[in-house]
Amino acid sequence: MRVSVQEEIFDLGVEAETFAQANNGSGAIVTFTGIVRDADQGGLVAMEIEHYPGMTLKALTEIAQTAKDRWSLGDALVIHRYGRLELGEQIMMVATASRHRKDAFEAAEYLMDYLKSRAPFWKKEILHDGAADWVASKDEDEDALTRW
Amino acid sequence: MNVLYFAWVRERIGLPRERVETNATTVAALVEELRAREDRYAAAFSDLSALRVALDQELSDFDASLDGVREVAFFPPMTGG
Repeated sequence: MRVSVQEEIFDLGVEAETFAQANNGSGAIVTFTGIVRDADQGGLVAMEIEHYPGMTLKALTEIAQTAKDRWSLGDALVIHRYGRLELGEQIMMVATASRHRKDAFEAAEYLMDYLKSRAPFWKKEILHDGAADWVASKDEDEDALTRW
Repeated sequence: MNVLYFAWVRERIGLPRERVETNATTVAALVEELRAREDRYAAAFSDLSALRVALDQELSDFDASLDGVREVAFFPPMTGG
């Protein structure tokens, strides 16, 4: 299991391939990647992601460990960035490896749901005219946790 | 104790962290003390339903005891992923 909280961009292809190679006995690999996008078509140019350094790695590790305990996972990977991220850059990725497709998919969804609402990151959208606004949490993100 | 602020809470208060001398026994009592300080604190803490709190880097709630706590962090609901 690897958890990384980093400012640097990561190479999605290299990370996915390395994870797949390290878990080639598992049979099923699921990866998910979140990308900076202009959700409201409001001229977004970048995102600034703030985090709580003392808490972030611990929270992500707990979330990943819970996923590993709950599903039949051979391995899990979580990478989450902070700092200024330009439009189109990767924000984060998760990968899960399992002998069973269902476990790999469900665990990846669980990781995503918990990363959204329980990992101490805050996103600010930076628009082309210089305006900046914090992204508000959505009730549906909190509701998504109840299914687990 | 050390009190940390993140995202718009940090911006409203104008500080990322500060040392607070307090006899408050619960998070709610600490919030009341901070609110009474200055308008910028009152503005940041005007709606607790829009805030979350962590005690020693674990999510907690406003009724929680501050007994033995060294670090309190206030922030809006998280938006990771």
